[in-house]
Amino acid sequence: MKSESNLEKVLEAGKFAVTSEIGPPKSADGNVVRKKTGILKNFVDAANITDNQTAIVRLSSIAAASILLQEGIEPVAQMTVRDRNRIAIQSDILGAAALGVKNVLCLSGDHQKFGNHPSSKNVFDIDSMQLIRMLKDMRDAKKFQCGDEMDVEPRLFIGAAANPFADPFEFRVHRLAKKIDAGVDFIQTQGIYDINRFEKWLEEARSEGLTEKVYILGGVIPLKSAGAAKYIKNKVAGMIVPDSLIDRMKNAADPKQEGIKIAIETIEQLKDMKGVHGVHIMAIEWEEKVPEIVKESGLLPRPSV
Amino acid sequence: MEAKEVDKAHVAVDDFDPKIVAFCCNYCAYAAADLAGSMRLSYPPNVKVIRLPCSGKVEITYLLRALEDGADGVMVAGCLEGDCHFMEGNYRAKRKVRHAKRLLEEIGFESGRVEMFNLSSAMAGRFAEIMEEMTERIRKLGPSPLRKG
Amino acid sequence: MDEILEMLARYERILLLGCGTCVTVCLAGGEREVGILAGQLRIHARQEGKSAQVDEHTIERQCEKEWVEEIKDRVEGVDVVMSMACGVGVQLVAEMYPEKPVFPALNTTFMGYPAQHGIWFENCRGCGNCVLHLSGGVCPITRCAKSLLNGPCGGSQNGECEIDKEIECAWQVIYDRLKKTGRLEWMNNYQPPRDWSTAGSGGPRRSVKIEEVLD
Repeated sequence: MKSESNLEKVLEAGKFAVTSEIGPPKSADGNVVRKKTGILKNFVDAANITDNQTAIVRLSSIAAASILLQEGIEPVAQMTVRDRNRIAIQSDILGAAALGVKNVLCLSGDHQKFGNHPSSKNVFDIDSMQLIRMLKDMRDAKKFQCGDEMDVEPRLFIGAAANPFADPFEFRVHRLAKKIDAGVDFIQTQGIYDINRFEKWLEEARSEGLTEKVYILGGVIPLKSAGAAKYIKNKVAGMIVPDSLIDRMKNAADPKQEGIKIAIETIEQLKDMKGVHGVHIMAIEWEEKVPEIVKESGLLPRPSV
Repeated sequence: MEAKEVDKAHVAVDDFDPKIVAFCCNYCAYAAADLAGSMRLSYPPNVKVIRLPCSGKVEITYLLRALEDGADGVMVAGCLEGDCHFMEGNYRAKRKVRHAKRLLEEIGFESGRVEMFNLSSAMAGRFAEIMEEMTERIRKLGPSPLRKG
Repeated sequence: MDEILEMLARYERILLLGCGTCVTVCLAGGEREVGILAGQLRIHARQEGKSAQVDEHTIERQCEKEWVEEIKDRVEGVDVVMSMACGVGVQLVAEMYPEKPVFPALNTTFMGYPAQHGIWFENCRGCGNCVLHLSGGVCPITRCAKSLLNGPCGGSQNGECEIDKEIECAWQVIYDRLKKTGRLEWMNNYQPPRDWSTAGSGGPRRSVKIEEVLD
């Protein structure tokens, strides 16, 4: 075992894993995190804590992860390279590990242009690929990026993102392979709406033997309305939403319920795909729907391992 | 470039005789001015016509310098859009005049004292009209604040 | 413009100093732009009823001492020098005439080439550690919004960068070029963290070509 994290154990045991996501508040109110934790508890194997998602300042991901530990859900602390250089990242990782955080997701981070401080200076000292390798070296070689050694290493289950819907499409599987070479243990994908394109990507990954080397959790983002679907299609870079799905949302009597239904159908499809080891449900500011989605997808009870 | 005094025979009715400098394209406005003269059309005096090979030749510094040297108004007259002898000189002139207006606005100077017009060489009547229009506009604005200097 | 007017508010005799090299070809601070700004300054001053002397002068290069030395008399005759050169020129003029205020008329933005007349693209950050021979002649440090080294982020779509549809995704261009020339290997291999000390993170940079140094 690399980290002894619950998520790692569930995946090792060959169970279909369920993770979700908690967005910390734009304030110092830790109770928001506690409340969201209460909603997800017993319905997921671990919950991601976003790291200033869309470059909007929020309560820190490691601090929120620490609250999750107190509340009894295992956190996946997201870590972007947008705001920290390699010194800050390694320091934060040591701190997170000392607090009991066992899963970290390595991300580049949304560009600050999209956030509430567009005039800020970004860092990008290293990229997400190099972050993976750095954490792996810290864990397995007990070495800092500079080569210095440490006594007690952070035992981490290292995650990263993959986006099968971005371009150049042909490079996306190579990029996954690179992340595996760099040392990633699990992947959470971008939200899947175009299931055909996802399958095409997965098939290529399978044929390269990549799905044997890494755990892949398919991303699912429940839609709230046809407008939201259109927004994601047109305004969010690197997302594909088929028109048929938008029409389905448009014609639905209860669009919110339809969105949940689509999410459940997607999970059912993912469960049957060889090489998909779990699902990552991103219900942004809609966390209260996660238990229903997990239950209706037949993923309860969550295994205790 | 060649400047020529235009018809001094007409005497202004008002006290204020706006001094206007007109940068005219050789192929249209300048020819139209000539034609207006031959046709004995009357238009306001005190318009100094400066001939350019194309309105696109105008430089922003020409416009600013004319104002600095006491012109109450400055205009650029080029061919009708689509009819430039050099394909797109008049479009360039249009952009330069627009930019000059912006530069003047930046320093709080009335940008209405600068304008771009388009006409053809046959439009002698329109030439006289434009001169009337511009003179009237400048008369309303009054003498240039730079004039006393 | 307001910034420039504020900088110059206390001064009467101004030398507006253009530079005949880079800022001339990028239409920012050559003789023509000096003429325009000088006109604006004079008109503004006279409108306000102030007397202002704005001298216009453009030298070949403000980044070389020999050229800057030649304007000694002009500099002595004014209260302030407004340089229309890049930040390099402004600093050299200031260094050579330390008793005179020297102000920047431009916000120096980037090194780039004109994509077409009037439009420029940034393409070099002078990072001191070039990878252009590997990256298909496209600089990922400069032209990727996140300066990534291991391929495009998840926001690359239809060849566009996620931050602006008008900006090409550098990694899409790199991918296409490397593919065309059979050099994708570099992109498929892990690239380790960079040494940014050559890019300015190591403090102000200095370059010495020892064989050119005169005793």
